[in-house]
Amino acid sequence: MTTSTGDAGRQASKPPMSNLSLADRAYHIRRHALRMGEVQGQGYIAQALGIADVLAVSYFHAMNYRPEDPEWEERDRFLLSIGHYAIALYAALIEAGIIPEDELKSYGSDDSRLPMSGMAAYTPGMEITGGSLGHGLGLAVGFCLGLKRKQSNSFVYCLFSDGELGEGSVWEAAWSASHWKLDNLIGIIDVNNQQADGPASEVTGFEPLAARFESFGWHVQRVDGNDIDALVEAFDAARNSTEPKPRIVICDTKMAKGVPFLEERERNHFLRVEPHEWQKALELLDAGRTA
Amino acid sequence: MRRSKYTRPAWLGEQGEGGQGTADKPRLTTSAMIASLAGADQRTKPAPFGNALSALAETRPEVIGLTADLAKYTDLHVFAKAHPDRFYQMGMAEQLLISAAAGMAREGFMPFATTYAVFAARRAYDFICMAIAEENLNVKIVCALPGLTTGYGPSHQATEDIAIFRGMPNITIVDPCDAHEIEQVVPAIAAHQGPVYMRLLRGNVPLVLDEYGYTFELGKAKMLRDGNDVLIISSGLMTMRALETAKALSDDNVDVGVLHVPTIKPLDEATILKETSRTGRMAVVAENHTIVGGLGEAVAGLLMRSGVFPTAFRQVALPDEFLDAGALPTLHDRYGISTKAMTDSIKGWL
Repeated sequence: MTTSTGDAGRQASKPPMSNLSLADRAYHIRRHALRMGEVQGQGYIAQALGIADVLAVSYFHAMNYRPEDPEWEERDRFLLSIGHYAIALYAALIEAGIIPEDELKSYGSDDSRLPMSGMAAYTPGMEITGGSLGHGLGLAVGFCLGLKRKQSNSFVYCLFSDGELGEGSVWEAAWSASHWKLDNLIGIIDVNNQQADGPASEVTGFEPLAARFESFGWHVQRVDGNDIDALVEAFDAARNSTEPKPRIVICDTKMAKGVPFLEERERNHFLRVEPHEWQKALELLDAGRTA
Repeated sequence: MRRSKYTRPAWLGEQGEGGQGTADKPRLTTSAMIASLAGADQRTKPAPFGNALSALAETRPEVIGLTADLAKYTDLHVFAKAHPDRFYQMGMAEQLLISAAAGMAREGFMPFATTYAVFAARRAYDFICMAIAEENLNVKIVCALPGLTTGYGPSHQATEDIAIFRGMPNITIVDPCDAHEIEQVVPAIAAHQGPVYMRLLRGNVPLVLDEYGYTFELGKAKMLRDGNDVLIISSGLMTMRALETAKALSDDNVDVGVLHVPTIKPLDEATILKETSRTGRMAVVAENHTIVGGLGEAVAGLLMRSGVFPTAFRQVALPDEFLDAGALPTLHDRYGISTKAMTDSIKGWL
């Protein structure tokens, strides 16, 4: 790929057009995630609910792929650095038709293809093994360099998180991506301000995030990660920019978005939800959709 | 309180003008990082890895080279010059080096990633483990300064690299002896699908094994000479020391065989068991590595599990310590891995 990225000349191979709106897709992703969460009674539900809009826009607006052929050479790659967000990505992959919906019943269970932390060997559509945080962006640099060697037009999307920014390897990769002018890289940071030990802004304050990536030579946008229109605009701008730079879309998201009683929980990095509350969560999600 | 085990060198004498020093000057004053291991009259070949990789790349278009600011010191500069469009300078960032190599392997390339053994084994371990080994990716990690091959002290001495990598599933570990072998290892590990950790001797590398009609085969241990009294089982540069030791001990009518084990993992168990089962021989495992977790313990575990007990079992290996800085010949004597020290050790054990 040259410095001109954009969609011109890219082979369109999106999943069949559907009448479902991106909001519908996001709703379905949340619903799949809640149903998986119910299997275990606990998990990274809040992250999944928070990032659902970003995944909906990624998988149903921005990315090229073939559900029946997850290894299709010309696909855009989606790298999940934050392995514990697997529940969210599984939900998106189910919605995209890459994983059969009935498999969500196996989430985190023995012999499942859907382990709690995402691994490439287990799941169709899972490009990398995440979970040891700070790996995704460096891997993305390698994917992007490899794609450029092959003169491919594919993009590499890499989802990582605010808490993960504490890993020095993220910054090694951020520096390198800019050095190599990786205009086929679209980084996505989920800023939900919640990590294992508390608010990310308190654990090790990560702001000013946009300025930091700008200073590393990136094309930077920051959007409300739960605003689908804003996300569409940002992903379009990231793909269509002609700047010879890696792109980052910083997404401020709300943990547990769409299920008010979970949104309100103070420490929701790893949620425990009582058996009777799952139905309530689904009902509230449905109510929010029709509201 | 910080306490140093080091004091002012005795040969300097008293501090100040009155100090006369002693007649006993240190015999060597250099600890140059890239000092050649070759003896003064030893035959050598320059940059066998860099030249072999350049040649391999002629027929394998998927081969690429990456380094973390150590092209010159891993002989990758030879490849970079021959194939500039296939060389990636990743800067002084080993975590990135490994991650990027993994990403390029996922896109179908065969990355040879080079750095020093300490940086791969210590700094980049998690990345090699999760990004490369867990996915069984086709990345070759080639590292200079294995074991005690620099006088810079523990920051550069990878005395525990084999122990570290032996614990990692999927990875193949190769510890070649000389230039002749390195040239053969490069195409052999390229022909193997999967991750490889290779210990590298660089610069003007001694040439020894060509005289023994030796050919490298991945996963195979080979007898270089037979002997009835002692069997030295060795890898890497210790095999050339073992051959010299065997010659020295033959003057004392001690008959020493040498079994070269360049592939540490997976171990050629059949050959090792066959040779150690022969009665009447002491087994000595010699390695340029700490006594903890290397070839010696790998062989010991194999023998115990298999119920094979040689006449005696001994190890020539580095002590479980942070080693001194200094000149390599001095350090090899001090820590028992020079030919003389090894010869003396074996004599003492007989």
